[in-house]
Amino acid sequence: MTQAMIEVDALTKRYGETQALAGVDFSAAPGTVLGLLGPNGAGKTTAVRVLTTLALPDSGRAAVAGIDVVRHPAEVRRRIGVAAQDATLDRLLTGRQNLVLVAELSGMSRRLARARAAELLEEFELADAADRVVKGYSGGMRRRLDVAASLVARPPVLFLDEPTTGLDPSSRQRVWEAVRQLLAGGVTVLLTTQYLEEADALADRIVVIDHGRVVANGTPLELKQASRGARVEVTLASPHPEAVAAVASLVNGPVRVSDDGRHLGAGVDPVPGLATSIVRALDLAGILVDNVEVRQPSLDDVFFSLTGGELNGGRPPEGPEQADDGHKMLEGARS
Amino acid sequence: MTVITEAPPLVTMPSPEARSATSRRIHDVWAMTRRNLVHISREPMQLSDVTLQPVLFTVLFVYIFGGGIPIPHGSYKDFVLAGLLALNLVTSTMGTAVGLGTDMHEGMIDRFRALPMWRASVLVGRSLADLTTSCLCALIVGVTGLVVGWRPDAGVASVAAGFLLVLFFAYSLTWVAMCVGLNSKSPESAASFGFIVLFPLAFISNAMIPTQHMPGWLKDVADWNPVSAVTAAARHLWGNPNPSAAINAWPMQHPVVAAVAWSVLVLAVAAPFAAWTFRRRTTE
Repeated sequence: MTQAMIEVDALTKRYGETQALAGVDFSAAPGTVLGLLGPNGAGKTTAVRVLTTLALPDSGRAAVAGIDVVRHPAEVRRRIGVAAQDATLDRLLTGRQNLVLVAELSGMSRRLARARAAELLEEFELADAADRVVKGYSGGMRRRLDVAASLVARPPVLFLDEPTTGLDPSSRQRVWEAVRQLLAGGVTVLLTTQYLEEADALADRIVVIDHGRVVANGTPLELKQASRGARVEVTLASPHPEAVAAVASLVNGPVRVSDDGRHLGAGVDPVPGLATSIVRALDLAGILVDNVEVRQPSLDDVFFSLTGGELNGGRPPEGPEQADDGHKMLEGARS
Repeated sequence: MTVITEAPPLVTMPSPEARSATSRRIHDVWAMTRRNLVHISREPMQLSDVTLQPVLFTVLFVYIFGGGIPIPHGSYKDFVLAGLLALNLVTSTMGTAVGLGTDMHEGMIDRFRALPMWRASVLVGRSLADLTTSCLCALIVGVTGLVVGWRPDAGVASVAAGFLLVLFFAYSLTWVAMCVGLNSKSPESAASFGFIVLFPLAFISNAMIPTQHMPGWLKDVADWNPVSAVTAAARHLWGNPNPSAAINAWPMQHPVVAAVAWSVLVLAVAAPFAAWTFRRRTTE
């Protein structure tokens, strides 16, 4: 088996009172995208901070390209690119100056640095804004510049921490496109996201973490299959007292009825002809059906069943998940 | 799972041209210095500390205080210029504290920390950028002084040595300012450093007024204040009136030696402390 490019074993990290990571394991094979999924405060950013040498774990082991991040941080830094959640750009420099600075600090000569910066500005469609100060960039431009900065040294391992949070759909597409191109070049990517759609679109494997623990780990397909089967949603022409009894034998568990009494929902085993059976059962009871939908679980369903929470806005941020909050926590602990 | 203790050889990254560790450090410091100079040029208010303020102070002190403060064996403007140079350079180190304090609170510091760069270049680069603006400040003070009638009475080398001595002291003070910037909770609190430390440091000295007329205890403080030694040394090297030479305190009797000693001492204490604080602040 080939050596994993990203490897995390029983990693723990505590910030003050918050156990940000409570024993996390995952790994990413070379040339793949690992999607790290979880609500705010789950520990995603903490895991990225440990892997990118910004934070020291309390226990456990983390390695990038086979190199231990605690023992050889300098070696790890030569192999990684990082686009962090709160865009780590110099707001007083222009886009070009930012990239040249990062290139020079990655060890390139000034001449090489300029050439590489020009190349990336072109690639990320920032050439027109290249000589404007970053302070005046839109959110989408900053994200793109941040991702571009992470690619300056052509690192074999890339960490993208919520690279599309707050982006409009077209900017998001452009970031996705950039990630896909990188994969073609053999780069290994760890992507954290709150968007299931994004993980579904990009990730080869998905690790769901919640409260500092891994709650699921698999391919997007495996995760969908592992969730509790399919669901059926039935819309009636008008509410009917016999409707629940008519379908009860065809579904799993309780039938949920909407307030207006017209919508029924329940878990099902997606056997062939299920929709036909349901319509027939309702028809036999003299109930008119407007619509029947049997659908495979989405990653949203998976996520819901695993964490018992909504992904977006379902709960307030807790603990030092946002890089920003992490700093505040640290300062609080020190003062 | 295998445990790897030796870092495997680098395969994928474009190898930075083979450099010695020292030349790599110089390369990083140079990049950071330029970055900070761009910052200063983008914040005109910050630059006014070293451009507008020296002109204003020079004109104010020479014309407003000048008539009222008698200087034995010379004129107030010849006396005060060394003091003005020290005052401006000392107070401008506030910008260093605020600048580094701001850096520490912005995401960019995380970018730096994840790059294969020499981390101390964040500090060294800032100190050199601020030394550059200090040189600009010294130039403006000198030219303004010449315009209002200040005249050194010494050889070129000696006058230059006077400027260098004050700049060296200001440079060492930059590292104190960085310790403050690194320890402050916010850029605003770093700014208060100016009023709590720098202004008393600059004013409880012989910079603006001879110490002879100060109350006894304050006079002792002033005579041992490093700023007094630096100012007296500059006056001595410039051949300007230096009433402190008549004071029987060791630094006032040996101002050049005292000024160098103070600067070296401050640097020797502040630089390692700044490096240590920086490491502590960036460990989580």
